[in-house]
Amino acid sequence: MQEIKTTELVKRYKDITAVDKLNLDIGQGELFSLLGVNGAGKTTTIKMLTCLTKPTAGDAFVGGKSITKEPKLVKEMIGVSPQETAVAPNLSVKENLELICGIHGFSKEKTKERIEKLSAQFSLDEVLKRKAGKLSGGWQRRVSIAMALISEPQILFLDEPTLGLDVIARHELWDVIRTLKGKITIILTTHYMEEAEALSDRIGIMRSGSLLAVGTVEELNRKAGTDDFETAFVSIVKEGAL
Amino acid sequence: MRMMTFAKRCTKEILRDPLNLAFGLGFPLVLLFLLSAIQANVPVSLFEINKLTPGITIFGLSFMTLFSATLVAKDRESALLQRLYTTPLTGLDFIMGYMLPILPIALGQTIICYLAALPLGLTFSVNIIYAVIGIIPMAVFNIALGLLCGSLLGVKQVGGICGALLTNLSAWLSGVWFDLNLVGGFFEKIANALPFLHAVEMEKALFNGDFEIAASHILPVLAYGVVTSMIAVFCFLRQMKKQ
Ligand SMILES: Nc1ncnc2c1ncn2[C@@H]1O[C@H](COP(=O)(O)OP(=O)(O)O)[C@@H](O)[C@H]1O
Ligand SMILES: [Mg+2]
Repeated sequence: MQEIKTTELVKRYKDITAVDKLNLDIGQGELFSLLGVNGAGKTTTIKMLTCLTKPTAGDAFVGGKSITKEPKLVKEMIGVSPQETAVAPNLSVKENLELICGIHGFSKEKTKERIEKLSAQFSLDEVLKRKAGKLSGGWQRRVSIAMALISEPQILFLDEPTLGLDVIARHELWDVIRTLKGKITIILTTHYMEEAEALSDRIGIMRSGSLLAVGTVEELNRKAGTDDFETAFVSIVKEGAL
Repeated sequence: MRMMTFAKRCTKEILRDPLNLAFGLGFPLVLLFLLSAIQANVPVSLFEINKLTPGITIFGLSFMTLFSATLVAKDRESALLQRLYTTPLTGLDFIMGYMLPILPIALGQTIICYLAALPLGLTFSVNIIYAVIGIIPMAVFNIALGLLCGSLLGVKQVGGICGALLTNLSAWLSGVWFDLNLVGGFFEKIANALPFLHAVEMEKALFNGDFEIAASHILPVLAYGVVTSMIAVFCFLRQMKKQ
């Protein structure tokens, strides 16, 4: 079943076209990565799909609901981890998680149960009582992603989830993301090729707002005539430039 | 429910900032003590405690503008608000969530000022209760002004404009420090056109039990409160859409 479909989605800022006639089809339970260098239009795409920004033209359906006509319904189904870490600095980690539960109207019992589950999943027990703003960047990012998941979203958006993390923290986060695979639909953006390769069911390669190619790692490799994904990525992006 | 969750978060965010407490509560109290100490040492009536205290409580409200403006501006600069915009919270939830928590803080500050003035010789009467309640329209004006500034400005600008400019404006134009009638002219006209002087006069009158005088000053204060709230809501929603 289809979870996300965009039809000729466009976003223009004054003189630049950040996203240009994007057509995406993402299935339920799929982990789909948008891969591209900085400025490719990944964040703008996520912002439109999560009803943060209105598209200039076109439309998208998230969980079957239109982002332009039914943003309220879309917002109830999604969890978002923005590119920049998004936590309330003066609240403890636990209070941050409670905040999101409260916004989604969870009962006290359910909130407690969700916090226990998420802190186990993200190993947050030791920082639960500490102020989020006082944690290291890596920990804040973990909390930020846990906040996206605590509302039990049907669709999860992760914008550059491992940006600024060290190697160990990155691999730990990859493990967490792998445990989610198949259960919910995940749209992840990254400019790390190895990240897209390690996690994705399918990858969409973006450049200058356009989708150049979509497929599994094998399909993209075959398309570029190589067995190394980095080489495939470079050649697809360069060819697209011609 | 959603709104209250967000309002609770805003309350915590404000009350856990030690600078907020130091300025919001400390500064008006220091002024109160300082000016009454001056009064105790001069023979003429400059800062009589029964006139000074209502003025100080209005002056203290300008910190509410600083609180709400700083909170909104900080949230806008961090990605937190972006995250919250992707949740089911509505524009109304945000606006009320920002404004509501500051009202009890304003009332608390006023009550503390009156309590602190009692040992300094403030006349005790039931009118203090009316004076405390009477602060609400001006508090709404100040909080809405904060929401407005926070929606338009960055954190640094907010510090300058709400922190320095507004507190001075409210101090000089409120008639707390000197009698505006004595200055007269243009200065008095400006003061009359702004809400600060009216709010102080209203507070003084409520404190004295002169309800007719108080009523004659409430209109400009209310008008500023309503109009500022409307502009603030408009500007907040506009920046929310313009993500
Ligand atoms: N709010 C904005 N105003 C103007 N230009 C923007 C805005 N947001 C993004 N852009 C531009 O749109 C393009 C795509 O940006 P973005 O979606 O952030 O790319 P990515 O996330 O892939 O790095 C860039 O050229 C960027 O400068
Ligand atoms: Mg980006």
